Amino acid sequence: MSKDHKAPSLSDPAILLPAAKNAVRKLDPRQLLRNPVIFVTEVGAALVSLIFLRDLATGSSETVFSGQIAAWLWFTVLFATFAEAVAEGRGRAQAESLKRTKSELVARRLIAGGGTETIPATSLKVGDIVVVAAGELIPGDGEVIEGVASVNESAITGESAPVIRESGGDRSAVTGGTQVLSDEIRVKITVAPGSSFVDRMIALIEGAQRQKTPNEIALSILLSGLTLIFLFVCVAIWGLAGYSGTVLSVTVLSALLVTLIPTTIGGLLSAIGIAGMDRLVRFNVIATSGRAVEAAGDVDTLLLDKTGTITFGNRMASDFLAAPGVTQAELAKAALTASLSDETPEGRSIVALAMGEFGIAMPESRFDAVIEFTAETRLSGVDQGERRLRKGAVDAVLGFAGIGEQQAPEEFRRAVDAIARSGGTPLAVADGPRLLGVIHLKDVVKPGIKERFAELRAMGIRTVMVTGDNPVTAAAIASEAGVDDFLAQATPEDKLAYIRREQQGGRLIAMCGDGTNDAPALAQADVGVAMQTGTQAAREAANMVDLDSSPTKLIEIVGIGKQLLMTRGSLTTFSIANDVAKYFAIIPALFVATYPALDALNLMRLSSPQSAILSAVIFNALIIVALIPLALKGVAYRPSGAAALLRRNLLVYGVGGLILPFAGIKVIDIAVSALHLV
Amino acid sequence: MTLIGWLQIGLLFLTVLIVIKPLGLYMAKVFGGERTFLSPVLGPVERGFYRAAGIDPDREQGWLSYTLAMLTFSVAGFVALYATLRLQGILPFNPQGFAAVPSDLAFNTAVSFVTNTNWQNYAGETTMSHFSQMAGLTVQNFLSAATGMALAAAFTRALARSKVSTLGNFWVDMVRATLFVLLPMAIVVALASVAMGLPQTLAPSVTATTLEGAQQVISLGPVASQEAIKQLGTNGGGFFNVNAAHPFENPTAFANYLNIFAMLSISAAMVYAFGQMVGSRRQGWALLAAMAVLLISGVAVVYWAEAQGNPILTALGVDPALGNMEGKEVRFGQAMTALYAAVTTGLSDGGVNGMHGSFTGLGGLVPMFLIQLGEVLPGGVGSGLYGMLVFALLSVFVAGLMVGRTPEFLGKKIEGREMKYAMLAVLILPLVILGFTAVSAMLPFAVASIGTSGPHGFSEILYAYTSAAGNNGSAFGGLSGNTVWYNTTLGIAMLLGRFAYVVPVMAMAGSLARKVKSPASAGTFPTDGPLFVGLLIGIILILGGLQFFPALALGPIVEHLAMLAGQTF
Repeated sequence: MSKDHKAPSLSDPAILLPAAKNAVRKLDPRQLLRNPVIFVTEVGAALVSLIFLRDLATGSSETVFSGQIAAWLWFTVLFATFAEAVAEGRGRAQAESLKRTKSELVARRLIAGGGTETIPATSLKVGDIVVVAAGELIPGDGEVIEGVASVNESAITGESAPVIRESGGDRSAVTGGTQVLSDEIRVKITVAPGSSFVDRMIALIEGAQRQKTPNEIALSILLSGLTLIFLFVCVAIWGLAGYSGTVLSVTVLSALLVTLIPTTIGGLLSAIGIAGMDRLVRFNVIATSGRAVEAAGDVDTLLLDKTGTITFGNRMASDFLAAPGVTQAELAKAALTASLSDETPEGRSIVALAMGEFGIAMPESRFDAVIEFTAETRLSGVDQGERRLRKGAVDAVLGFAGIGEQQAPEEFRRAVDAIARSGGTPLAVADGPRLLGVIHLKDVVKPGIKERFAELRAMGIRTVMVTGDNPVTAAAIASEAGVDDFLAQATPEDKLAYIRREQQGGRLIAMCGDGTNDAPALAQADVGVAMQTGTQAAREAANMVDLDSSPTKLIEIVGIGKQLLMTRGSLTTFSIANDVAKYFAIIPALFVATYPALDALNLMRLSSPQSAILSAVIFNALIIVALIPLALKGVAYRPSGAAALLRRNLLVYGVGGLILPFAGIKVIDIAVSALHLV
Repeated sequence: MTLIGWLQIGLLFLTVLIVIKPLGLYMAKVFGGERTFLSPVLGPVERGFYRAAGIDPDREQGWLSYTLAMLTFSVAGFVALYATLRLQGILPFNPQGFAAVPSDLAFNTAVSFVTNTNWQNYAGETTMSHFSQMAGLTVQNFLSAATGMALAAAFTRALARSKVSTLGNFWVDMVRATLFVLLPMAIVVALASVAMGLPQTLAPSVTATTLEGAQQVISLGPVASQEAIKQLGTNGGGFFNVNAAHPFENPTAFANYLNIFAMLSISAAMVYAFGQMVGSRRQGWALLAAMAVLLISGVAVVYWAEAQGNPILTALGVDPALGNMEGKEVRFGQAMTALYAAVTTGLSDGGVNGMHGSFTGLGGLVPMFLIQLGEVLPGGVGSGLYGMLVFALLSVFVAGLMVGRTPEFLGKKIEGREMKYAMLAVLILPLVILGFTAVSAMLPFAVASIGTSGPHGFSEILYAYTSAAGNNGSAFGGLSGNTVWYNTTLGIAMLLGRFAYVVPVMAMAGSLARKVKSPASAGTFPTDGPLFVGLLIGIILILGGLQFFPALALGPIVEHLAMLAGQTF
């Protein structure tokens, strides 16, 4: 996760101070009801506070003890709400500036008889048409229906270079809050105010309307169940102790309860979720729901577009193969001349190859005629005096030269076959009726992508390359890039069918796309990532939008999803494992007065029963604060197989969670008795 | 502890290990509806049952109708058994002329046998007629065991299948479990028992002349037939009051061996059958490994604690060489008593060949703790398997997130619904055990039933509710349980322990069955390796056992520590 830009430091007072204030505000029991573990802790804290007040009034010798327990129980609640407040605070500044922009938006709406009226952007309706001129902000999400303009989208993407937005095609979507820099466009509003992209972004960053995700709900059920069990255990202990005549106070029972229930994960759970979304935002990806982020961690199959993701966008010339009786230099020079006025990337790559690697000098560049490439002729070239140079699809060039398919020289045909078999594209070159040879155009696989795919495979994720190429070409590139499967000559329907088939088999699919024809597949996929530069339809269908419009982002998104789930699991395991030490601290302390023999269970040799209980409560509170950075940053994540991840995390958080509190409680106990706190 | 003792223990586990695979494969066939070598003989009988009851064996049930069928069947079984006990006086085969069983005791006993607990608040030889023993208790020994196996088979199908709403047919599973598994094995074990000297007669008693010349009347009855299913079905309800410590229930060292072997074999093989049915034998072995580690540790602790003896008695001049022999049969000794105690409680059997209440504090803690872990080591026939699977799902959920995916078990995603049912199920044991124990410990008339003062008396109450809620049925001894309070509350504890547990478990099965079974990949949490076994053991101990720690500290733990300190109460 090297691209962790814009991550505010944890010790930044600009975040900590408002977070502290918010943490206190979050103590409202109505709000805490959402989090049963912390709610129970608050009830315990309130109960012990009442006991403390009673002790204070009666001048009981327990006053100092119950006062401290009450204080630390309150701290436990406060630390939990603080964790959530810090997590929320990190995105707040960004949300504030977005909100400011939004509140200032006005729209010039087209009215029936022509002309415009100026209204606040918030009263726009879907279907309204607005006019936006240079220098103005676009009032809402919509589609350009007329005109072309350059738009500055830095308010949402952070990218300052303007982008072109024009009516029709795949670049028609505009986002509210972005600024038109030149020209004038008419925009049809497609999203009601309040559910626009910026609104979604604000909601996401603030975490205010955050819905619990399915996995978070399941985990909350587990934590609530455990809380219920321990609540019951603590009530029962009061009765069990009664048998031997021991009367346990509400103070110690509350302390026992709070230390046993999973306050660590209970306190950090929502912070982990918010931080996960925040991490995504910092990667310039906006998710419509936390559900999608979780699903990203579960993805089994990645559907990746070949172009731009696996290969560089364009095919490049890599070799010249001369026909019999033609020298390679002659062919290269002809190809170069034919391509001089060809501004396509392929044409430019031919020029570069010929002049670079083959050292051909710049030829005469005055032409009698320039023949442009068209879909019908499938060739292009130049006329220069006697010469009529053409390059293009093999059958088209052969047809131009008047050579029958079977009449072409054996050597030439073999070269063409070999290029096609290797996944390349053969471009024939001819000068009038004379066949000169063939240019090898080749997809160049991005460096390092093969290693990425190997990593994914180790994580159990299959990669599927989607391409419009024919199966032969596709197979060659697939094997070079090391993908697990490919979908050749893929139409949008093929993609959709492939996704459905994989989902039938119980697999979760992620894909990215940008065109309107990708929309059905984006909607069907479990994780659909649309490019910010894509059409409105694609952005609506997807459950994530990548502001950088980088197709490789999918791989990072999977990592973020996994890290989110791992952080939850690790802290849950840690929290549950902690209970062992807490039992050994508190149980002997509760009963040692009745049964002195139970002192043998005091494994940590804590100095006194009261100190043991207080130390356990303090440890329980402090561990929440200590783990806030981990909850926000996420546990260390390296792509590897499940078995290796499990072994590592089980060792660190499971075994660590067993051992650490023994040491921690002991250290606190030494401090408590040194300071004579009890 | 002696080498020969350990060899005996090792030999028993080895023989069980040998039968696990063939018996497991056989049971997988039985519950898969396939033909077995017994089909030519039993097939027509099976079809005859379906015809007579008007059941279409091919019509499967969803989780709810499966569960309702099971509950209806159990209620009918309870009513039949309760009526048998109450009408005992006018029913045949009552040579001793026993009167009707009192209503609270009849309630307790009927619940006890229907729930596969077999807690006995009565002495068989002085309470039950031969008819009650044969047509009442022995019948329920078969049916309650078959019920457990049927439920386990239904749960197994939920994990084996993909996107279905049905779990099998309860009536078919019951018939096949009884006819193809329990009955043939019970016949073999009963005949072997008769050969070893167990009585199988309708005569009431035999009169013996003792060495001193006194006349002693010794009760007899159809013992062998009841003993066989008592062990095979992990029931544990003995014909005689002292259960398998009685020479007519457990005459020889070899009979003792057969006892333990019989109770372990079906439960353990059921786990293997599970692996076979879900298409992963390794998964079956992994669950068995976790069970074996905990069970064998239990045996070792009891054996060690008992072999150490009681320092207070040693100080009084008792030879410590034999260890603590109080409450043990000399013919079985330390090793075989320790093995029996751990297996009977790890298994929800509840038969005993020594008195658990006479063990040292630590030795008595183990049987109690093994029951509190949820009777999953390997537990009652069938019930142990589904109990273990609940723990497996919990382990997968807690730790599975650590691999960065929604937790999955055998390709089924574990989500909110499954967690809800799992938590409802695991809530039952602490609720019932700690709740009733706490209430009884506070009620003077309930405390009056205990046989010993101090922590041991507390252990007696704790053990009774533990045994009832865990559907184990073994007793700690000392507690006079035949009172209205204990008959009623223990009966309720048994009902909750069985049915309040199994209903959410079956609801979970219904939810799991509907899920699509995703294929495993390198990113899937591996649930069949040693790492998972270790994790599962940890989760069983922490989520299943730790909540009983305070209660155990006040009972057996403090008793043991006090004994070491020479303190008595």
